[in-house]
Amino acid sequence: MAELTLHQTVFALITSLAAFVFVLDLVRRRRLREEYSWLWLLTAGAMVLLVVWYRLLILITQLVGAVTPLNTLLLCAVLFLFAIAVHYSMIISRLTVQVKTLAQELALLSARVERQE
Amino acid sequence: MKALVLVPAYNESARIARVLAGIRAAVPQAALLVVDDGSADDTAAVARAAGARVVRLPFNLGAGVAAQTGYKLAVREGYDCVVQLDADGQHEPADIPALLGVIARGEADVAIGSRFLGGSTAYRAGAVRRLGMGLFGLLAWLLTGIRFSDVTSGFRAFSGDVVRFVATEWYPTDYADADVLITLRRAGFRLRDVPVRMYPRAGGRSMHAGLRPVYYVFKMLLSVALAPVRRNGDRAERIVRWRS
Repeated sequence: MAELTLHQTVFALITSLAAFVFVLDLVRRRRLREEYSWLWLLTAGAMVLLVVWYRLLILITQLVGAVTPLNTLLLCAVLFLFAIAVHYSMIISRLTVQVKTLAQELALLSARVERQE
Repeated sequence: MKALVLVPAYNESARIARVLAGIRAAVPQAALLVVDDGSADDTAAVARAAGARVVRLPFNLGAGVAAQTGYKLAVREGYDCVVQLDADGQHEPADIPALLGVIARGEADVAIGSRFLGGSTAYRAGAVRRLGMGLFGLLAWLLTGIRFSDVTSGFRAFSGDVVRFVATEWYPTDYADADVLITLRRAGFRLRDVPVRMYPRAGGRSMHAGLRPVYYVFKMLLSVALAPVRRNGDRAERIVRWRS
């Protein structure tokens, strides 16, 4: 398993750093709440780490029995996307319950107000 | 006993007046509450004109949520018993006293109106529907040891304790039948089937239309399978602990 060429390293580093900075900037501009940013930052951070410390990627590749580092990367990418999608479903489930409860409270309250008028 | 008759309704302005008149005739002393599940028609106005108290949800949230809104009101206003029936005329209001009686005499905490007990023959379900009801009945039997004769019945009465339980957050936000019965049984409540009359729909759209039966079956299988091992929320679990 060959090392990365300088060309590949520079490109991969720029891409992953850009992803990291992009997420941070969204949080800075309050377009993304901190509580939903951590999984994205983790993903971008892992990308940076694997580029800088390429031996780690090779080590993981040997550990999971993948053929090439690229397979490992794809596997990681799929797992991260899965985690993020499930994370969203959890948030949506919680929001559904909150919206339901709010709608019920609103209905009960306005019925009470109408009665008193 | 302070009893509340609860009628969740969604776009039922054509049928609900007759149902409400039937309820008034059957149980004149009981309070009558219609929860309008964000109807686009004038269900709320028709119900008010018929003398019912109306709570309107701001948008359509499903029959389970509409019913739970009624349970929450019942808890806050201290009702000892809630009888629930559909707004579309499928359930016979004259059978309400039979369900109420079971709760009032303390024979059970949950009275389930069953269309398959006794001499009720007016109800004819399609083959697929019968198969589904049979399947959930079997599952409920395996998990609780009780033969429910009608697990999908929306015609039922709850005691005050049960109403406090179903008003908590574990109560499902969509279809709520077999899994609710199993959870109530596991919480230590006594359930009892009561024969009632049910009729085919007089028109309008059933909530089981289009692809929704597929989701319904999936939801019920998952929810019934998980019911025994599920966490039911802190408040609901406190109620269970307090009861036992």
